[in-house]
Amino acid sequence: MNKQIEYLKSRVGAGKLSRRDFIGKVGALGVAAAAANVMLADAAKAAGPTKGGMLRLGVSGGESTNTLDPALVASEVPLNVLRHWGDTLVQVEADGSLTNRLAENVESTADAKTWRFDIRKGVEFHNGKTMTPDDVIKTIERHSNEDSKSGALGIVKGIETMRVDGNVVEITLETPNADLPYLLNDYHLVIQPNGGMDDPTAGIGTGAYTVEINEPGIRHGFKKFANDWDDSRGYAAETEILVINDATARTAALQSGQVQMINRVDPKVAKLLDRAPNLAIRNVSGRGHYVFIMRTETGKFVNNDLRMALKLAINRQEMVDKILRGYGGVGNDMPINAAYPLFDDTIPQREYDPEAAAEFYKKSGHDGSPIILRTADGAFPGAVDAAALFQQSAQAAGIPLEIKREPNDGYWSEVWNKQPFCASYWGGRPVQDQMYSTAYLSTADWNDTEFKRPDFDALLLAAKAELDLVKRKDLYSQMGNMLRDEGGLICPMFNDFVDAVATNVEGYEEDPNGELMNSFAGVRCWTT
Amino acid sequence: MHPVLTLVAQRLALGILLLFAASALIFVGTQILPGDVAQSILGQSATPESLANLRKELGLNEPALSRYFSWLGNALQGDLGTALTNGRDIAESLGSRLGNTMFLAGTAAVISVPLAIFLGLLAVRYKDRWPDKLISAVTLTSISIPEFLIGYVLMYFISVKLGWFSSVAMINDGMSFFEKLNAIALPVMVLVMVVLAHMMRMTRAAILNVMQSAYIETAELKGLSGFQVIAKHAFPNAISPIVNVVMLNLAYLVVGVVVVEVVFVYPGMGQYLVDHVSKRDVPVVQACGLIFAAVYIGLNMLADIISILANPRLRHPK
Repeated sequence: MNKQIEYLKSRVGAGKLSRRDFIGKVGALGVAAAAANVMLADAAKAAGPTKGGMLRLGVSGGESTNTLDPALVASEVPLNVLRHWGDTLVQVEADGSLTNRLAENVESTADAKTWRFDIRKGVEFHNGKTMTPDDVIKTIERHSNEDSKSGALGIVKGIETMRVDGNVVEITLETPNADLPYLLNDYHLVIQPNGGMDDPTAGIGTGAYTVEINEPGIRHGFKKFANDWDDSRGYAAETEILVINDATARTAALQSGQVQMINRVDPKVAKLLDRAPNLAIRNVSGRGHYVFIMRTETGKFVNNDLRMALKLAINRQEMVDKILRGYGGVGNDMPINAAYPLFDDTIPQREYDPEAAAEFYKKSGHDGSPIILRTADGAFPGAVDAAALFQQSAQAAGIPLEIKREPNDGYWSEVWNKQPFCASYWGGRPVQDQMYSTAYLSTADWNDTEFKRPDFDALLLAAKAELDLVKRKDLYSQMGNMLRDEGGLICPMFNDFVDAVATNVEGYEEDPNGELMNSFAGVRCWTT
Repeated sequence: MHPVLTLVAQRLALGILLLFAASALIFVGTQILPGDVAQSILGQSATPESLANLRKELGLNEPALSRYFSWLGNALQGDLGTALTNGRDIAESLGSRLGNTMFLAGTAAVISVPLAIFLGLLAVRYKDRWPDKLISAVTLTSISIPEFLIGYVLMYFISVKLGWFSSVAMINDGMSFFEKLNAIALPVMVLVMVVLAHMMRMTRAAILNVMQSAYIETAELKGLSGFQVIAKHAFPNAISPIVNVVMLNLAYLVVGVVVVEVVFVYPGMGQYLVDHVSKRDVPVVQACGLIFAAVYIGLNMLADIISILANPRLRHPK
C-alpha cells in the first residue's frame, strides 16, 4: 500500500493528479481524508524551494509597444514584468484573503471612511533608497491626479485626502468603502520611489527581481535582488519572460523545453497536451467571463421583455462544452460567480428555455426584423463560434439573430461600448463591489450595458459601507438578482485560466485571481 | 555623359520620386485608420478623462498637413521621433529590429539564391527527365503549402521530436554569430522553401528561352558539354529576368515575413510593425512603412540597373 501511496504522491508532485483525485484514491486504500491532506502537503513540500537556477516563462499577451510604466500596464506580459520588480501595499491571495505586503497593518474607522496603513520599515528599493510613507502617497497621487492616464484612475479618484502620520499613511475617502484594501491591491498601484514622478518607466521598485533586460514584445530578463525584504519568494537566481503570442509556438516552446511555463493553452489542445510526459495542464476557474452586451438605453433593447427573451434563448452549457471545451463554468447573467467572496449560491441558475424565450419575444412586440449581434475574433477566444451557436439556439425560439463580424482592429474603440449588441469579455475583479462599481454603477465609465438604476446604485453604496458580512451578502444578492432579471448582460460562461507547467517546476499553485498564479508564477516558482 | 550613366541616374531619380510618393501614401493611410492612437493605447480600459489627457499629450489635435511636413523633414534628417506608446526612440528600436530582419533575410538569401539558380540550371540540363520533374515537384509543393504550416511541421518534427534546433528563434546581442545561426535554422529553412520555387522556375524558363537561339546550337556544335553550354552561353543572356525575380524575392524576405517571425518568435521588423499598427502608434508605422518602401524601391532599382549592365546592347550603344 505504501508503494501505491508513494506513487500517487509523485503523481501529485508532477501535477498529474489533482488534490481531489489524490484524496479519493488514497481514500480507496483506507486512508482518512485528513491524513491524506497531510500527505499531500508533504508531497508538495518534500524538498522545499530550491534556490538558484533559471526560470523561463513563455507568455502570451505582450507587444513591442509595452512600457515599464505601471500606470499603462494592460496586458499579461507587462503585468508579469510588474510582479517581478514591484510590490503593492496589500495582496489578494489564492483563497481570497488579503495579506499585507508593503503595508504591515491595515485598519479603518468604524464607518470605513478613514483608513490607516502602517508602512513596512526597512524595505529597500532597487536603487538603494529606503521606502518611506511619502513614496506611497506620491504613488497614489500620480495615479489619481488630473493628467493621469492610469488604469487605476477610477479606483483612486474617490480619495479625499492623504497624509503621513509618522510611519502611517492615512487615507480619507469621499464616501465610505469597506473594500478599500482590495482596491489598493490593484496591480497598477506598485509603489515606486517618489511615486514614479521622476521617471515612471525606470522599473525601480521593491520587488524580488531587478529588471536587467527590457525588450518590449521580445523578452524581459530579471535577476534576483540581493536585498529583497521578503524571503518567501524569488527562488530562481534569474528569470526570463519570452513573449510568445502564437499559441502553437508557445506549446512547442514548452514541449521542447525552451520555457518551463506557458499561459493561455488553447482549450482545443489542452487535453492532448496533458498527455505529454514532461508537462501538466493546470487550470483554475476564475472570475473572468465571456459576455454578450445589450445596451439597455439604446434602440430596441430598452424593452426588458426582449432582453429576457434573448437571455432565455442562449444555451449556456453548450457554450461551455463547445467554446471552452469544458474549461469553465456556466454564467447566470450577472458578472459574479462562486469565485467571489459573499456569493449567494441560492440564486437560481437560468437555463435555456426556447418556449419561454418565444413568449417573452412575442410579449416584447418586436417587429421580427433580425437583431444584429456584432462579434469579432478578438472579442474573446471563440467569440465568432459562440455567436453562431447563439444564433442557432435563438432560431429555435423563433428569434432571428443576424451576426455581423467586425474586424479585431478597432473593435474596442468602434464597436464595444458603442454598438447596441456585441460580444465582449470581462477579466473579473477581486471583490463584488469592484466589479459592480466598474461596470454597473450609473456613473461608471465602463458601464457598457448602460445599466442606470438609482436603486441599484443605492444598494451598492449601502454595501460599500456595510461592515456586517451577513447584511452585505444580502445586499449583493439583491443586486445580483436585479442585474440578472433586468440588466443588459447576457453572461453564458466563466472561463478557466489554462496554464501548462513543466514537471521540473515546483511551487505552482492555482490562483483564481489570474493566469500564471495571478502573474506571480515567475516570482514564486522554482526549478528542480 | 555615357548613356549607361544617364540611364542609371534616371533610375535613381525615379526611385527617389517614388519614395516621396510612398511617404505621402503612408501618411494618408495612417490617418484614415479607424479609431485613434489614444483609444488604442488605453484599449478597453480607457476612460473619457484619461483619453482626453492622452490625446492632448500626443499632439493629436494639430492639423494633418503640418504634421506630415514636420514628420518628413525630421525623417530626412534621420530623426524618426519617439514611439507614442512606450516613449522609446524609434530609430534605435527600429535599428536592431531591422538588423535582425536583414540577418534572417540575408541568411535565407545566401542559401536560396545560389541553390535556386543551380537547381534551375540542373533542371534545364535534364529537361523533361526525372531530375527536372523531381525538382519542380518538390519546389512547387513547398511553395503551395502556407508558410506557417511548414513552420509548424518543421517545429514539431525537428524541434519537439528530434530536439535538433530551437523552436524559438529569439536572437539577441549577447549571442555569438554561430549561436545566432543555430537559433534561426528553422525559420531560414522555411523561408528557403518558400522562395526557392519562384526563382528556380524563372531561371529554368529564362534559360530554356535562350536555349532556342542559334548561338546555342553553335556552342553545342563546337563540342561543349551540356552543362558548359548552359552556364557559359545561355545563363549570361538570361540574367535580366532572373535578377528581377531574385530581387522580388529578396524584397519579400525583408518585408513579407511577418508570419514566419510570429511563428518562430523572431524579433524582426514584421512583428514590430504589426504591434504598432494595432496600437495606432503612427510614428512607428510611418517609419516602418518608409523603410519597407525604401527596401522595395531600392531592390527593384538595383534589379533594373543590373539588367541594364547585363545587356550588351545598352552597354555599347551605337
